[in-house]
Amino acid sequence: MLEIDGLHLSYGDAVALSDVSLTAGAGEIVAIVGANGAGKTSLIQTVAGIHRPDSGRVVFDGTDITGWPSHRVCNLGIGQVAEGRQIFPSMSVQENLEMGAMIPRARAHAAAAYARVLDIFPRLAERRQQMAGTLSGGEQQMLAIGRCLMGKPRLVMFDEPSLGLAPAIVQEVFAVIKQLNQDGMTIVLVEQNVAASLKLAGHAYVLENGHMVMRGTGESLLNDDRVRQAYLGL
Amino acid sequence: MNVLFADVPVRGLVVLAVFAAALILAPAVVDDYVLSILILCLYFSFIGQAWNIMMGFAGQLSLGHSLYIGLGAYTSAALFVHFQTIPWIGMLAGMVVAGAAGGIIGGLGFRFGIRGVYFALLTIAFAEFTRVAFDHFGWVGGSSGLFLPVEYRDDSDLLSLRGAPVMFYYVILAFTAGALVLARLILASKIGYYWLAIREDQEAAQALGINVFRYKMLAVVLSAVLTSMAGTFYAFYYNNLYPETIFSMHKSIEILLGVVVGGLGTLFGPILGAFLLTMLGELMTDLAEHIDLDGVKQLFLGLCLLVIIVFRPAGVWPWLARRLGLSGRRDA
Repeated sequence: MLEIDGLHLSYGDAVALSDVSLTAGAGEIVAIVGANGAGKTSLIQTVAGIHRPDSGRVVFDGTDITGWPSHRVCNLGIGQVAEGRQIFPSMSVQENLEMGAMIPRARAHAAAAYARVLDIFPRLAERRQQMAGTLSGGEQQMLAIGRCLMGKPRLVMFDEPSLGLAPAIVQEVFAVIKQLNQDGMTIVLVEQNVAASLKLAGHAYVLENGHMVMRGTGESLLNDDRVRQAYLGL
Repeated sequence: MNVLFADVPVRGLVVLAVFAAALILAPAVVDDYVLSILILCLYFSFIGQAWNIMMGFAGQLSLGHSLYIGLGAYTSAALFVHFQTIPWIGMLAGMVVAGAAGGIIGGLGFRFGIRGVYFALLTIAFAEFTRVAFDHFGWVGGSSGLFLPVEYRDDSDLLSLRGAPVMFYYVILAFTAGALVLARLILASKIGYYWLAIREDQEAAQALGINVFRYKMLAVVLSAVLTSMAGTFYAFYYNNLYPETIFSMHKSIEILLGVVVGGLGTLFGPILGAFLLTMLGELMTDLAEHIDLDGVKQLFLGLCLLVIIVFRPAGVWPWLARRLGLSGRRDA
Protein backbone atom coordinates (compact mmCIF):
# COMPACT_ATOMS: atom_id res chain seq x y z
CA MET A 1 0.00 0.00 0.00
CA LEU A 2 2.86 2.36 0.89
CA GLU A 3 6.22 1.97 -0.80
CA ILE A 4 9.17 4.18 0.00
CA ASP A 5 12.17 3.71 -2.22
CA GLY A 6 15.65 5.20 -1.79
CA LEU A 7 14.50 8.35 -0.02
CA HIS A 8 17.04 11.12 0.59
CA LEU A 9 16.23 14.24 2.59
CA SER A 10 18.48 16.97 3.89
CA TYR A 11 17.92 20.26 5.68
CA GLY A 12 20.62 22.45 4.21
CA ASP A 13 23.87 20.59 4.96
CA ALA A 14 22.37 18.25 7.54
CA VAL A 15 21.37 14.88 6.11
CA ALA A 16 18.14 13.64 7.72
CA LEU A 17 17.38 10.60 5.60
CA SER A 18 19.76 8.65 3.42
CA ASP A 19 18.61 5.91 1.06
CA VAL A 20 15.62 4.91 3.16
CA SER A 21 13.28 2.27 1.80
CA LEU A 22 10.20 0.83 3.45
CA THR A 23 7.11 -1.13 2.51
CA ALA A 24 3.81 -1.29 4.33
CA GLY A 25 1.28 -3.75 2.96
CA ALA A 26 -2.47 -3.14 3.19
CA GLY A 27 -3.80 -3.95 6.64
CA GLU A 28 -0.36 -4.17 8.20
CA ILE A 29 1.15 -2.47 11.23
CA VAL A 30 4.68 -1.32 10.46
CA ALA A 31 6.82 0.03 13.27
CA ILE A 32 9.79 2.35 12.86
CA VAL A 33 12.08 2.47 15.87
CA GLY A 34 15.22 4.41 16.52
CA ALA A 35 16.85 6.91 18.82
CA ASN A 36 16.03 10.61 18.96
CA GLY A 37 17.25 12.35 15.84
CA ALA A 38 17.41 9.12 13.84
CA GLY A 39 15.04 10.59 11.24
CA LYS A 40 11.74 8.96 12.21
CA THR A 41 9.71 12.15 12.25
CA SER A 42 11.45 13.39 9.09
CA LEU A 43 10.41 10.19 7.34
CA ILE A 44 6.76 10.56 8.34
CA GLN A 45 6.71 14.22 7.40
CA THR A 46 8.24 13.50 4.01
CA VAL A 47 5.53 10.95 3.26
CA ALA A 48 2.94 13.47 4.46
CA GLY A 49 4.23 16.10 2.04
CA ILE A 50 5.56 18.49 4.66
CA HIS A 51 9.13 18.03 3.41
CA ARG A 52 10.12 17.55 -0.19
CA PRO A 53 12.76 14.81 -0.59
CA ASP A 54 16.00 15.39 -2.52
CA SER A 55 15.55 12.10 -4.30
CA GLY A 56 13.73 8.77 -4.01
CA ARG A 57 10.11 7.82 -4.46
CA VAL A 58 7.01 7.59 -2.32
CA VAL A 59 4.23 5.50 -3.85
CA PHE A 60 0.81 5.11 -2.27
CA ASP A 61 -1.58 2.56 -3.75
CA GLY A 62 0.17 2.74 -7.11
CA THR A 63 0.21 6.54 -7.23
CA ASP A 64 3.57 8.30 -7.14
CA ILE A 65 3.07 11.01 -4.52
CA THR A 66 6.69 12.10 -4.20
CA GLY A 67 6.83 15.83 -3.51
CA TRP A 68 3.05 16.28 -3.44
CA PRO A 69 1.83 19.08 -1.17
CA SER A 70 0.37 17.88 2.13
CA HIS A 71 -3.26 18.76 1.40
CA ARG A 72 -3.24 16.50 -1.67
CA VAL A 73 -1.52 13.66 0.19
CA CYS A 74 -4.12 13.97 2.93
CA ASN A 75 -6.95 13.80 0.47
CA LEU A 76 -5.65 10.48 -0.88
CA GLY A 77 -6.32 8.91 2.52
CA ILE A 78 -3.00 9.24 4.33
CA GLY A 79 -3.60 10.57 7.82
CA GLN A 80 -1.05 11.44 10.46
CA VAL A 81 -1.21 11.87 14.19
CA ALA A 82 1.65 14.25 14.78
CA GLU A 83 4.03 14.20 17.71
CA GLY A 84 3.03 16.17 20.78
CA ARG A 85 -0.76 16.10 20.32
CA GLN A 86 -1.17 19.09 18.09
CA ILE A 87 -4.77 19.92 18.90
CA PHE A 88 -6.36 23.36 18.57
CA PRO A 89 -6.51 24.43 22.23
CA SER A 90 -9.13 27.19 22.04
CA MET A 91 -11.54 25.25 19.87
CA SER A 92 -14.04 22.88 21.44
CA VAL A 93 -13.62 19.12 21.17
CA GLN A 94 -16.40 19.04 18.59
CA GLU A 95 -14.82 21.81 16.50
CA ASN A 96 -11.46 20.06 16.62
CA LEU A 97 -13.08 16.92 15.28
CA GLU A 98 -14.96 18.84 12.60
CA MET A 99 -11.67 20.35 11.45
CA GLY A 100 -10.50 16.81 10.71
CA ALA A 101 -13.23 16.31 8.11
CA MET A 102 -12.59 19.47 6.07
CA ILE A 103 -10.75 17.69 3.25
CA PRO A 104 -12.90 16.90 0.21
CA ARG A 105 -12.71 13.10 0.61
CA ALA A 106 -14.19 13.27 4.12
CA ARG A 107 -16.70 16.10 3.96
CA ALA A 108 -19.72 14.06 2.88
CA HIS A 109 -19.11 11.41 5.55
CA ALA A 110 -18.43 13.82 8.41
CA ALA A 111 -21.56 12.98 10.41
CA ALA A 112 -20.99 9.23 10.26
CA ALA A 113 -17.29 9.62 11.07
CA TYR A 114 -18.16 11.86 14.02
CA ALA A 115 -20.54 9.28 15.44
CA ARG A 116 -17.92 6.57 15.02
CA VAL A 117 -15.16 8.59 16.70
CA LEU A 118 -17.40 9.31 19.71
CA ASP A 119 -18.17 5.62 19.77
CA ILE A 120 -14.47 4.73 19.93
CA PHE A 121 -13.73 7.49 22.47
CA PRO A 122 -16.72 7.88 24.82
CA ARG A 123 -14.68 10.36 26.90
CA LEU A 124 -14.69 12.78 23.98
CA ALA A 125 -18.47 12.48 23.72
CA GLU A 126 -18.78 13.62 27.35
CA ARG A 127 -16.55 16.59 26.67
CA ARG A 128 -17.85 17.67 23.28
CA GLN A 129 -18.32 21.35 24.22
CA GLN A 130 -15.20 21.66 26.34
CA MET A 131 -12.21 23.67 25.09
CA ALA A 132 -9.63 21.18 23.85
CA GLY A 133 -6.84 22.96 25.74
CA THR A 134 -8.47 22.03 29.04
CA LEU A 135 -8.42 18.28 28.37
CA SER A 136 -5.94 15.98 30.11
CA GLY A 137 -2.91 14.76 28.17
CA GLY A 138 -4.50 11.40 27.49
CA GLU A 139 -7.75 12.94 26.32
CA GLN A 140 -5.84 15.28 24.03
CA GLN A 141 -4.12 12.30 22.43
CA MET A 142 -7.52 10.62 21.97
CA LEU A 143 -8.74 13.84 20.37
CA ALA A 144 -5.73 13.99 18.05
CA ILE A 145 -6.37 10.39 16.96
CA GLY A 146 -10.11 11.00 16.62
CA ARG A 147 -9.52 14.12 14.56
CA CYS A 148 -7.29 12.16 12.21
CA LEU A 149 -9.97 9.48 11.82
CA MET A 150 -12.47 12.16 10.81
CA GLY A 151 -10.51 12.46 7.55
CA LYS A 152 -11.40 8.87 6.54
CA PRO A 153 -7.76 7.76 6.23
CA ARG A 154 -6.79 4.35 4.87
CA LEU A 155 -3.27 4.67 6.22
CA VAL A 156 -2.47 6.39 9.51
CA MET A 157 1.03 7.37 10.57
CA PHE A 158 1.43 7.77 14.32
CA ASP A 159 4.36 9.81 15.58
CA GLU A 160 5.21 8.95 19.20
CA PRO A 161 1.60 8.49 20.33
CA SER A 162 2.64 7.40 23.83
CA LEU A 163 4.95 10.35 24.48
CA GLY A 164 4.35 11.88 27.90
CA LEU A 165 1.32 9.77 28.76
CA ALA A 166 0.64 7.78 31.92
CA PRO A 167 1.21 4.00 31.53
CA ALA A 168 -2.51 3.20 31.79
CA ILE A 169 -3.29 5.66 29.00
CA VAL A 170 -0.45 4.31 26.87
CA GLN A 171 -2.10 0.89 27.05
CA GLU A 172 -5.37 2.43 25.99
CA VAL A 173 -3.75 4.17 23.02
CA PHE A 174 -2.08 0.96 21.88
CA ALA A 175 -5.37 -0.90 22.24
CA VAL A 176 -7.04 1.68 19.99
CA ILE A 177 -4.29 1.36 17.38
CA LYS A 178 -4.71 -2.41 17.43
CA GLN A 179 -8.47 -2.06 17.08
CA LEU A 180 -8.16 0.31 14.12
CA ASN A 181 -5.81 -2.14 12.45
CA GLN A 182 -8.24 -5.00 12.99
CA ASP A 183 -10.88 -2.87 11.31
CA GLY A 184 -8.67 -2.85 8.22
CA MET A 185 -6.56 0.27 8.61
CA THR A 186 -2.90 0.25 7.62
CA ILE A 187 -0.68 1.71 10.32
CA VAL A 188 2.79 3.17 10.39
CA LEU A 189 3.91 3.54 13.99
CA VAL A 190 6.88 5.57 15.12
CA GLU A 191 7.59 4.92 18.78
CA GLN A 192 10.14 5.36 21.46
CA ASN A 193 8.33 2.62 23.37
CA VAL A 194 10.24 -0.02 21.40
CA ALA A 195 9.06 -3.14 23.17
CA ALA A 196 5.37 -2.30 22.93
CA SER A 197 5.52 -1.24 19.29
CA LEU A 198 7.53 -4.29 18.19
CA LYS A 199 4.98 -6.55 19.88
CA LEU A 200 2.21 -4.84 17.96
CA ALA A 201 3.94 -4.66 14.58
CA GLY A 202 3.96 -7.17 11.75
CA HIS A 203 7.07 -5.66 10.25
CA ALA A 204 9.51 -3.26 11.81
CA TYR A 205 12.44 -1.14 10.74
CA VAL A 206 15.32 0.29 12.73
CA LEU A 207 16.46 3.76 11.74
CA GLU A 208 19.89 5.06 12.79
CA ASN A 209 21.27 8.47 11.80
CA GLY A 210 19.03 8.59 8.76
CA HIS A 211 19.88 5.06 7.57
CA MET A 212 17.65 2.00 7.68
CA VAL A 213 19.99 -0.41 9.48
CA MET A 214 17.71 -3.34 10.19
CA ARG A 215 14.38 -4.75 9.16
CA GLY A 216 12.39 -7.82 10.02
CA THR A 217 9.24 -9.05 11.66
CA GLY A 218 8.41 -7.42 14.94
CA GLU A 219 9.08 -10.65 16.75
CA SER A 220 12.48 -11.28 15.18
CA LEU A 221 13.66 -7.76 16.04
CA LEU A 222 12.34 -8.16 19.55
CA ASN A 223 14.62 -11.17 19.92
CA ASP A 224 17.59 -9.61 18.15
CA ASP A 225 20.56 -9.04 20.44
CA ARG A 226 21.55 -5.68 18.97
CA VAL A 227 18.01 -4.32 19.30
CA ARG A 228 17.72 -5.67 22.82
CA GLN A 229 20.97 -4.01 23.78
CA ALA A 230 20.50 -0.68 22.05
CA TYR A 231 16.79 -0.05 22.57
CA LEU A 232 15.52 -2.33 25.29
CA GLY A 233 18.47 -2.04 27.67
CA LEU A 234 18.69 -5.81 28.10
CA MET B 1 -29.22 37.12 8.19
CA ASN B 2 -29.34 34.00 10.29
CA VAL B 3 -25.60 33.55 10.01
CA LEU B 4 -25.02 37.17 11.01
CA PHE B 5 -27.00 37.08 14.23
CA ALA B 6 -26.83 33.43 15.25
CA ASP B 7 -25.57 32.90 18.81
CA VAL B 8 -25.80 36.58 19.71
CA PRO B 9 -27.87 37.08 22.87
CA VAL B 10 -30.75 39.58 22.79
CA ARG B 11 -28.86 41.92 25.09
CA GLY B 12 -25.98 42.02 22.60
CA LEU B 13 -28.34 42.76 19.73
CA VAL B 14 -29.95 45.60 21.66
CA VAL B 15 -26.59 47.19 22.51
CA LEU B 16 -25.46 46.77 18.89
CA ALA B 17 -28.67 48.40 17.63
CA VAL B 18 -28.33 51.32 20.06
CA PHE B 19 -24.68 51.80 19.13
CA ALA B 20 -25.48 51.71 15.41
CA ALA B 21 -28.37 54.14 15.83
CA ALA B 22 -26.20 56.52 17.85
CA LEU B 23 -23.57 56.51 15.12
CA ILE B 24 -26.13 57.06 12.38
CA LEU B 25 -27.78 59.96 14.22
CA ALA B 26 -24.59 61.50 15.63
CA PRO B 27 -23.98 64.11 12.86
CA ALA B 28 -27.35 65.72 13.69
CA VAL B 29 -26.30 66.56 17.24
CA VAL B 30 -22.52 66.92 17.39
CA ASP B 31 -20.36 69.83 16.21
CA ASP B 32 -17.64 69.67 13.56
CA TYR B 33 -14.88 69.00 16.06
CA VAL B 34 -16.58 65.96 17.58
CA LEU B 35 -17.51 64.78 14.10
CA SER B 36 -13.86 64.89 13.03
CA ILE B 37 -12.94 62.76 16.04
CA LEU B 38 -15.70 60.29 15.25
CA ILE B 39 -14.39 60.06 11.69
CA LEU B 40 -10.95 59.25 13.08
CA CYS B 41 -12.45 56.60 15.40
CA LEU B 42 -14.23 54.92 12.50
CA TYR B 43 -11.15 55.20 10.28
CA PHE B 44 -9.08 53.29 12.84
CA SER B 45 -11.95 50.84 13.48
CA PHE B 46 -11.99 49.98 9.79
CA ILE B 47 -8.22 49.55 9.41
CA GLY B 48 -8.09 47.67 12.71
CA GLN B 49 -10.72 45.26 11.40
CA ALA B 50 -8.65 44.76 8.24
CA TRP B 51 -5.42 44.21 10.18
CA ASN B 52 -7.23 41.85 12.55
CA ILE B 53 -8.16 39.56 9.65
CA MET B 54 -4.49 38.88 9.09
CA MET B 55 -3.22 38.77 12.68
CA GLY B 56 -6.30 38.10 14.80
CA PHE B 57 -7.86 35.44 12.57
CA ALA B 58 -5.00 33.91 10.61
CA GLY B 59 -2.19 34.63 13.09
CA GLN B 60 0.13 36.42 10.67
CA LEU B 61 1.75 39.46 12.24
CA SER B 62 2.08 42.54 10.07
CA LEU B 63 3.99 45.54 11.35
CA GLY B 64 3.89 47.27 7.98
CA HIS B 65 0.23 47.90 7.30
CA SER B 66 0.95 51.55 6.54
CA LEU B 67 2.23 50.19 3.21
CA TYR B 68 -1.30 49.30 2.11
CA ILE B 69 -2.79 52.57 3.35
CA GLY B 70 -0.13 54.46 1.42
CA LEU B 71 -0.54 52.44 -1.77
CA GLY B 72 -4.32 52.90 -1.69
CA ALA B 73 -3.98 56.60 -0.96
CA TYR B 74 -1.31 57.33 -3.56
CA THR B 75 -2.85 55.23 -6.33
CA SER B 76 -6.27 56.86 -6.12
CA ALA B 77 -4.91 60.36 -5.49
CA ALA B 78 -2.37 60.23 -8.33
CA LEU B 79 -5.01 58.93 -10.76
CA PHE B 80 -7.29 61.76 -9.67
CA VAL B 81 -4.64 64.48 -9.96
CA HIS B 82 -3.22 63.33 -13.29
CA PHE B 83 -6.21 61.84 -15.08
CA GLN B 84 -9.23 63.14 -13.12
CA THR B 85 -10.18 59.50 -12.47
CA ILE B 86 -13.11 59.38 -10.05
CA PRO B 87 -12.06 58.21 -6.57
CA TRP B 88 -14.10 55.02 -6.62
CA ILE B 89 -12.31 53.79 -9.74
CA GLY B 90 -9.06 54.97 -8.15
CA MET B 91 -9.97 53.02 -5.04
CA LEU B 92 -10.42 49.84 -7.09
CA ALA B 93 -7.03 50.46 -8.70
CA GLY B 94 -5.51 51.00 -5.24
CA MET B 95 -7.07 47.75 -4.05
CA VAL B 96 -5.43 45.92 -6.94
CA VAL B 97 -2.04 47.50 -6.25
CA ALA B 98 -2.24 46.83 -2.50
CA GLY B 99 -3.51 43.30 -3.10
CA ALA B 100 -0.56 42.66 -5.40
CA ALA B 101 1.85 44.05 -2.80
CA GLY B 102 0.29 41.80 -0.16
CA GLY B 103 0.56 38.89 -2.58
CA ILE B 104 4.26 39.55 -3.13
CA ILE B 105 5.05 39.85 0.58
CA GLY B 106 2.96 36.81 1.50
CA GLY B 107 4.23 34.82 -1.47
CA LEU B 108 7.87 35.51 -0.64
CA GLY B 109 7.43 34.98 3.08
CA PHE B 110 5.27 31.85 3.06
CA ARG B 111 6.98 30.16 0.13
CA PHE B 112 10.29 30.31 1.93
CA GLY B 113 8.84 29.40 5.31
CA ILE B 114 9.45 32.78 6.94
CA ARG B 115 7.30 32.86 10.05
CA GLY B 116 6.36 34.84 13.12
CA VAL B 117 8.67 37.68 14.00
CA TYR B 118 10.73 37.20 10.85
CA PHE B 119 7.66 37.57 8.71
CA ALA B 120 6.78 40.74 10.65
CA LEU B 121 10.26 42.08 9.88
CA LEU B 122 9.63 41.41 6.20
CA THR B 123 6.43 43.49 6.34
CA ILE B 124 8.36 46.37 7.95
CA ALA B 125 11.06 46.13 5.30
CA PHE B 126 8.54 46.45 2.47
CA ALA B 127 6.77 49.40 4.08
CA GLU B 128 10.08 51.16 4.72
CA PHE B 129 11.61 50.79 1.28
CA THR B 130 8.33 51.78 -0.33
CA ARG B 131 8.42 54.93 1.80
CA VAL B 132 11.95 55.69 0.61
CA ALA B 133 10.98 54.95 -2.99
CA PHE B 134 8.01 57.35 -2.80
CA ASP B 135 10.29 60.02 -1.40
CA HIS B 136 12.05 59.96 -4.78
CA PHE B 137 9.02 59.29 -6.96
CA GLY B 138 8.59 62.59 -8.81
CA TRP B 139 5.32 61.73 -10.53
CA VAL B 140 3.54 61.78 -7.17
CA GLY B 141 5.49 64.73 -5.79
CA GLY B 142 8.29 62.89 -4.02
CA SER B 143 9.05 63.91 -0.48
CA SER B 144 7.34 67.31 -0.87
CA GLY B 145 3.99 65.56 -1.05
CA LEU B 146 0.94 65.17 -3.26
CA PHE B 147 -1.98 67.57 -2.90
CA LEU B 148 -5.54 67.24 -4.05
CA PRO B 149 -7.35 70.39 -5.13
CA VAL B 150 -9.60 71.47 -2.28
CA GLU B 151 -13.03 72.76 -3.03
CA TYR B 152 -15.08 74.28 -0.28
CA ARG B 153 -18.66 73.44 -0.91
CA ASP B 154 -21.72 72.67 1.13
CA ASP B 155 -23.32 70.18 -1.17
CA SER B 156 -21.88 66.69 -1.25
CA ASP B 157 -20.79 64.95 -4.40
CA LEU B 158 -20.49 61.32 -3.36
CA LEU B 159 -19.32 60.21 -6.79
CA SER B 160 -16.21 62.40 -6.74
CA LEU B 161 -15.86 62.28 -2.92
CA ARG B 162 -15.91 66.06 -2.58
CA GLY B 163 -18.07 67.61 0.06
CA ALA B 164 -18.73 68.35 3.69
CA PRO B 165 -17.27 66.29 6.58
CA VAL B 166 -20.66 64.71 7.22
CA MET B 167 -20.45 62.94 3.85
CA PHE B 168 -17.03 61.54 4.76
CA TYR B 169 -18.47 60.47 8.08
CA TYR B 170 -21.15 58.36 6.45
CA VAL B 171 -18.68 56.92 3.93
CA ILE B 172 -16.30 55.67 6.64
CA LEU B 173 -19.27 54.50 8.74
CA ALA B 174 -20.45 52.40 5.79
CA PHE B 175 -16.90 51.04 5.29
CA THR B 176 -16.67 50.06 8.96
CA ALA B 177 -20.08 48.42 9.00
CA GLY B 178 -19.25 46.59 5.77
CA ALA B 179 -15.94 45.33 7.16
CA LEU B 180 -17.67 44.12 10.33
CA VAL B 181 -20.28 42.18 8.36
CA LEU B 182 -17.60 40.73 6.06
CA ALA B 183 -15.43 39.65 9.00
CA ARG B 184 -18.41 38.05 10.71
CA LEU B 185 -19.44 36.14 7.57
CA ILE B 186 -15.91 34.89 6.89
CA LEU B 187 -15.37 33.88 10.49
CA ALA B 188 -18.51 31.73 10.37
CA SER B 189 -17.45 30.13 7.10
CA LYS B 190 -15.08 27.32 6.26
CA ILE B 191 -12.32 29.86 5.60
CA GLY B 192 -12.70 31.28 9.10
CA TYR B 193 -12.17 27.83 10.61
CA TYR B 194 -9.12 27.23 8.43
CA TRP B 195 -7.64 30.53 9.61
CA LEU B 196 -8.25 29.71 13.27
CA ALA B 197 -6.67 26.31 12.79
CA ILE B 198 -3.60 27.88 11.15
CA ARG B 199 -3.40 30.46 13.94
CA GLU B 200 -3.65 27.84 16.67
CA ASP B 201 -1.27 25.30 15.18
CA GLN B 202 0.02 25.53 11.67
CA GLU B 203 1.58 22.05 11.63
CA ALA B 204 -1.64 20.46 12.81
CA ALA B 205 -3.62 22.37 10.20
CA GLN B 206 -1.25 21.12 7.54
CA ALA B 207 -1.50 17.57 8.85
CA LEU B 208 -5.27 17.75 8.44
CA GLY B 209 -4.96 18.58 4.77
CA ILE B 210 -5.55 22.32 4.92
CA ASN B 211 -3.74 24.17 2.15
CA VAL B 212 -1.92 26.41 4.61
CA PHE B 213 -0.14 28.47 1.95
CA ARG B 214 -3.33 29.32 0.11
CA TYR B 215 -5.30 30.40 3.18
CA LYS B 216 -2.45 32.45 4.61
CA MET B 217 -2.16 34.20 1.26
CA LEU B 218 -5.90 34.83 1.24
CA ALA B 219 -5.70 36.48 4.66
CA VAL B 220 -2.81 38.75 3.67
CA VAL B 221 -4.30 39.81 0.33
CA LEU B 222 -7.78 40.41 1.75
CA SER B 223 -6.33 42.42 4.63
CA ALA B 224 -4.20 44.48 2.22
CA VAL B 225 -7.10 45.15 -0.13
CA LEU B 226 -9.39 46.32 2.68
CA THR B 227 -6.68 48.47 4.23
CA SER B 228 -6.05 50.23 0.91
CA MET B 229 -9.69 51.38 0.86
CA ALA B 230 -8.95 53.34 4.02
CA GLY B 231 -5.99 54.85 2.18
CA THR B 232 -8.24 56.21 -0.55
CA PHE B 233 -10.54 57.59 2.10
CA TYR B 234 -7.59 59.25 3.82
CA ALA B 235 -6.37 60.85 0.58
CA PHE B 236 -9.71 62.44 -0.28
CA TYR B 237 -10.55 63.43 3.28
CA TYR B 238 -7.23 65.10 4.16
CA ASN B 239 -6.28 66.12 0.60
CA ASN B 240 -2.55 65.86 1.22
CA LEU B 241 -0.15 62.94 1.23
CA TYR B 242 3.45 62.73 2.37
CA PRO B 243 5.43 59.48 2.15
CA GLU B 244 6.96 60.37 5.49
CA THR B 245 3.64 60.27 7.33
CA ILE B 246 1.51 57.82 5.40
CA PHE B 247 4.07 54.99 5.09
CA SER B 248 5.48 55.54 8.56
CA MET B 249 6.05 52.71 10.97
CA HIS B 250 4.37 54.86 13.59
CA LYS B 251 1.14 54.53 11.65
CA SER B 252 1.43 50.73 11.50
CA ILE B 253 1.89 50.59 15.26
CA GLU B 254 -1.09 52.88 15.84
CA ILE B 255 -3.27 50.47 13.87
CA LEU B 256 -2.37 47.44 15.89
CA LEU B 257 -2.52 49.19 19.26
CA GLY B 258 -6.28 49.66 18.93
CA VAL B 259 -6.83 46.01 18.07
CA VAL B 260 -4.63 44.71 20.87
CA VAL B 261 -6.32 46.97 23.40
CA GLY B 262 -9.80 46.10 22.12
CA GLY B 263 -9.23 42.37 21.72
CA LEU B 264 -7.16 40.52 19.15
CA GLY B 265 -9.13 38.08 17.01
CA THR B 266 -12.53 39.40 18.08
CA LEU B 267 -15.06 41.20 15.90
CA PHE B 268 -15.79 44.19 18.12
CA GLY B 269 -12.36 44.48 19.68
CA PRO B 270 -10.95 46.56 16.80
CA ILE B 271 -13.92 48.96 17.00
CA LEU B 272 -13.88 49.31 20.78
CA GLY B 273 -10.09 49.70 20.79
CA ALA B 274 -10.14 52.36 18.06
CA PHE B 275 -12.80 54.39 19.89
CA LEU B 276 -11.07 54.06 23.24
CA LEU B 277 -7.60 55.01 22.03
CA THR B 278 -8.67 57.77 19.65
CA MET B 279 -10.93 59.46 22.17
CA LEU B 280 -8.53 59.13 25.07
CA GLY B 281 -5.66 60.22 22.82
CA GLU B 282 -7.62 63.32 21.86
CA LEU B 283 -8.31 64.08 25.52
CA MET B 284 -4.61 63.76 26.24
CA THR B 285 -3.74 66.13 23.41
CA ASP B 286 -6.09 68.68 24.98
CA LEU B 287 -4.58 68.08 28.36
CA ALA B 288 -1.07 68.46 26.94
CA GLU B 289 -2.05 71.89 25.61
CA HIS B 290 -3.40 72.94 28.98
CA ILE B 291 -0.47 71.85 31.05
CA ASP B 292 1.96 72.68 28.25
CA LEU B 293 3.69 69.33 28.21
CA ASP B 294 4.59 67.57 24.98
CA GLY B 295 4.43 63.83 24.61
CA VAL B 296 1.65 63.25 27.12
CA LYS B 297 -0.31 61.38 24.44
CA GLN B 298 2.54 59.00 23.62
CA LEU B 299 3.25 58.42 27.26
CA PHE B 300 -0.39 57.72 27.85
CA LEU B 301 -0.69 55.26 24.96
CA GLY B 302 2.33 53.40 26.25
CA LEU B 303 0.86 53.20 29.74
CA CYS B 304 -2.49 52.10 28.33
CA LEU B 305 -0.86 49.21 26.50
CA LEU B 306 1.07 48.25 29.60
CA VAL B 307 -2.08 48.16 31.73
CA ILE B 308 -3.96 46.11 29.13
CA ILE B 309 -1.16 43.58 28.73
CA VAL B 310 -0.88 43.11 32.46
CA PHE B 311 -4.55 43.06 33.44
CA ARG B 312 -6.52 42.13 30.32
CA PRO B 313 -4.12 40.35 27.98
CA ALA B 314 -7.01 39.19 25.78
CA GLY B 315 -8.18 42.79 25.35
CA VAL B 316 -11.01 44.89 26.76
CA TRP B 317 -13.80 43.55 24.58
CA PRO B 318 -13.82 39.86 25.64
CA TRP B 319 -13.91 40.94 29.28
CA LEU B 320 -16.58 43.59 28.72
CA ALA B 321 -18.71 41.27 26.60
CA ARG B 322 -18.60 38.57 29.24
CA ARG B 323 -19.33 41.01 32.02
CA LEU B 324 -22.34 42.49 30.29
CA GLY B 325 -23.51 39.29 28.63
CA LEU B 326 -23.23 40.83 25.19
CA SER B 327 -21.78 38.12 23.05
CA GLY B 328 -22.22 34.50 22.14
CA ARG B 329 -19.71 31.87 22.97
CA ARG B 330 -16.89 32.66 20.59
CA ASP B 331 -17.19 36.39 20.22
CA ALA B 332 -19.87 38.59 18.83
